[in-house]
Amino acid sequence: MLLSVKDLRKIYHTKQNEILAVDNFSFDLKEGEFVAIVGPSGCGKSTILSILCGLDKASSGTIKTSKNLKFGYMPQGDNLFEWQTIFKNCLLGLEINKQVTPENKAYVKRLLKTYGLEEFENAYPSNLSGGMRQRVSLIRTLATKPDLLFLDEPFSALDYQSRLAVSDDVYKIIKKEKKSAIMVTHDISEAISMADRIIVLSNRPSKIKNIYEIKLTNHSTPINNRKAKEFAQYYDLIWKDIDYHV
Amino acid sequence: MYSLEHQQYLKNIKRHKFFIRFTQILIIVLLIAIWQLAADFELINTFIASSPKEILKTIVSLYSDGSLFHHIGVTLYEVIFSFVVGTVIGILIATLLWRFKFLAKVLDPYLTVLNSLPKVSLGPIIIILAGAGTGSIILMALFISVIITIINVHQAFMNADPNKIRLMQSFKATKSQIFFKLILPSNFSNIISACKVGIGLVFIGVIMGEFLVSKAGVGYLIMYGSQIFNLNLVMTGIILLAIMASLMYYLILFIEKRLSK
Ligand SMILES: Nc1ncnc2c1ncn2[C@@H]1O[C@H](COP(=O)(O)OP(=O)(O)OP(=O)(O)O)[C@@H](O)[C@H]1O
Ligand SMILES: [Mg+2]
Repeated sequence: MLLSVKDLRKIYHTKQNEILAVDNFSFDLKEGEFVAIVGPSGCGKSTILSILCGLDKASSGTIKTSKNLKFGYMPQGDNLFEWQTIFKNCLLGLEINKQVTPENKAYVKRLLKTYGLEEFENAYPSNLSGGMRQRVSLIRTLATKPDLLFLDEPFSALDYQSRLAVSDDVYKIIKKEKKSAIMVTHDISEAISMADRIIVLSNRPSKIKNIYEIKLTNHSTPINNRKAKEFAQYYDLIWKDIDYHV
Repeated sequence: MYSLEHQQYLKNIKRHKFFIRFTQILIIVLLIAIWQLAADFELINTFIASSPKEILKTIVSLYSDGSLFHHIGVTLYEVIFSFVVGTVIGILIATLLWRFKFLAKVLDPYLTVLNSLPKVSLGPIIIILAGAGTGSIILMALFISVIITIINVHQAFMNADPNKIRLMQSFKATKSQIFFKLILPSNFSNIISACKVGIGLVFIGVIMGEFLVSKAGVGYLIMYGSQIFNLNLVMTGIILLAIMASLMYYLILFIEKRLSK
């Protein structure tokens, strides 16, 4: 077990009142697993991620991780530094941890090359498309060699076409580098096409409404997974769970 | 090579730019000419309104008795010194306020009051404290410029993207790493804007100080001119100031371009 969360609870205190954002949240993550968390707007998805990766404190509950587990967190948006080159951007985590060794630099260069960004090493973020920026952002996180990735709506800034393409790319990268991942998203199809397991949250205070093991025939890449015959069934089930009031 | 249409487009842009510049120059030339003609035909009272020729004469005579560059030098020195010191102090204090949120909250009402207080009213106190000399003038300029620099720069620092900060925190960045890798570089253009506001205020402060201290500098020239009813001297001072202020402004633009490469 990579990560074991039990009875997580988070209360935000504001001057006006207290907001119970997360309640009774428990789950286990297996090694190499890709878990998606879906739920209505403002239900507490980002809150869960930032607690899991240690940026926020839970009000109660326990989080157990296997020893020496390294986290990589990607907050909403690509968050590239416009004033630095792509290569420099990718070194950010390494610089902060004072690990800019020749080996690590070579590793970053290899990642950039593998994922088609080699010729943009010395370009600035403003010269890249949204999809490329998102890939750079992922490489920046991968550069510190995390075992577990936390992705907060990684594709929300992209238009539909690049969303499909980039989610395919990002999925392949994560699988190829053998990382485990927890991804938050609004998009039910995106979750079904990428995840091994989907946690559906209720409205605030977010409790787990359902957990789905995704089993698709001919499971392959996200774009192809969308063609699987079980896809629509999962979609219906989750749609009903979330119970959007339009 | 570009297509014909594109070449035409570029040509048009160039022509348009040239036309703007040309009109700008035309306006100033016309103004000077009209001013001079009005003076020659005694449509205006040259005792009060002076005239371009008289101003030129005044500049030449100031130059020949060696005082022109002395006064310009004194004012420029005071401006540049106060500007550099004021900007550095402003950014340092803004950094402290960013780092220690408690301090920022405590000082907030004081900064607001100091910002809206007409700093000229501090003149007499400054002169008593620092004496009638360059020190007082620089202090005046600092009082006028530093508060607004602090407020502007601090505001900019506080507006840094929270997601970028969280990203850095997830890499376990220290406060100083967050400052030097994110807050400072991401606010480069805001700091330049603060500088542009700052240089204008420093000029006001320096001239104000020279009025009060009355020893040397372009502000002193203007003050002295008005006391002996030599309006040519006053006008000359104003024109010198206009030239110096725009030179300083373009200097900042130049530095901005240099640094943002
Ligand atoms: N720092 C905070 N102080 C007070 N309340 C907060 C704070 N952060 C979040 N909240 C509240 O907690 C709830 C959950 O927020 P969170 O950002 O986790 O939701 P989310 O599911 O990620 O939403 P979205 O889909 O819009 O990204 C929201 O109602 C929000 O108003
Ligand atoms: Mg969120």
